[in-house]
Amino acid sequence: MFDTTLSWNDLAFLAQGAAMTLAVTAVSVTAGTLLGIIFGVLRVQLGALWAAPLTFVLDIFRSVPLLIQLVLGNAIQAIAKLGWAPFTTSCVVLSLYTAAYCSEIIRGGIEAVPATTRRAARSLGMTWWQDMRYIVAPLATRVSLPAWIGLTLGVMKDSALVLWLGLIELLRASQILVTRLQEPLFILLICGVIYFVISFPIARFGGYLEKRWSPND
Amino acid sequence: MIEIKDVRKSFSTLEVLKGINLTVNKGEVVTIIGGSGSGKSTLLTCINGLEPINAGQITIDGTVVHAKDTDLNKLRRKVGIVFQQWNAFPHLTVLENVMLAPRKVLGLSKEKAEEIAVKQLTHVGLREKLTVYPNRMSGGQQQRMAIARALAMSPEYMLFDEVTSALDPMLVGEVLDTLKMLAEEGMTMICVTHEMAFARDVSDRVAFFHHGVMTEIGTPDQLFGAPQHPDTQAFLASVR
Repeated sequence: MFDTTLSWNDLAFLAQGAAMTLAVTAVSVTAGTLLGIIFGVLRVQLGALWAAPLTFVLDIFRSVPLLIQLVLGNAIQAIAKLGWAPFTTSCVVLSLYTAAYCSEIIRGGIEAVPATTRRAARSLGMTWWQDMRYIVAPLATRVSLPAWIGLTLGVMKDSALVLWLGLIELLRASQILVTRLQEPLFILLICGVIYFVISFPIARFGGYLEKRWSPND
Repeated sequence: MIEIKDVRKSFSTLEVLKGINLTVNKGEVVTIIGGSGSGKSTLLTCINGLEPINAGQITIDGTVVHAKDTDLNKLRRKVGIVFQQWNAFPHLTVLENVMLAPRKVLGLSKEKAEEIAVKQLTHVGLREKLTVYPNRMSGGQQQRMAIARALAMSPEYMLFDEVTSALDPMLVGEVLDTLKMLAEEGMTMICVTHEMAFARDVSDRVAFFHHGVMTEIGTPDQLFGAPQHPDTQAFLASVR
């Protein structure tokens, strides 16, 4: 009745799961990074005291397990009758989770730019915005990159938790196949290889950028 | 003309400038000497509005620096400053370091900005270093680049804040030569320095600061030859 050998269809099914993982990750990391930059800049500009409420909210997203955030997020959108699809809810929650970590990374990057360098920029008549755009952004990016790559890889793996909202991403797809084929080790090995294949280029790209920038710093 | 009138400045409870009066005319070179913590460097950062003041007034060509409606970004285009730490922009080449402000602040074309940058870098003897990144150069070269970067904005006034203090002794000469060259070209300059021989050579007037007070000002001959105030005498005796 059931076919118990791995077929091309099964591999295609895994690939679909991987595509879902990539989609959730891409949306969340993009939105989370944009938000994280805004929050990070705000926290530096406002100073510790005025940014305290924002920092507090972001700390919640960093402290509560992601699984709980996803389940609560889904419940809240249902209570508020937002009618979000599981994909939307997943991306919103993961984006905020990413933004919370990203704002820390960005804040650290900005604070690593020496005040004297920024003062030199301002003394040349540059506005606050020009200083941010031409001096702080490139220098902070170099400092923040390794941590940001780490965050991206982390979010990609953490995105597996969206299976609890019913999304069939890579891990859920693997589980489904394990249930049918009863070959957990083999299937999870394939699943792990796919995660690695997705992660490796991202990690190498980060390494490449670091290397390219390092002789100038 | 830079007019400094009864300027007071405090960092929390510490008053670092206790009523400074000084007028610097166009084409004049004024050097400020004095011990550490005498307020010399603070005065320079107040002049171009990087630091607020608590009382008094600084006027540059009739513009009140610390007035609410003064566009400081615009004012800073004509008042260049070079710091003790040369503060190169490490992600940009030497040429890009010097081109950045003329392009973005003055809105010049890439070609025009490059022309000016190359001219100023040639002027300070860095024609060979255009495509090099700052960290590949010596401190003296980086400091000369910082001077070229300020000059590329065609400032009418230049402020130099202990520009040789962070340099190896063997690199001090090349930077001082650059300053001398500017002075001879008629640039209006205020230099805070610990280099007494330099102050004596290039200055029209030398001011001595002590604990936030300008105790004495005069020509180099007056100040170094026959200092009047006991604090000045003690300071000069200690640095000789």
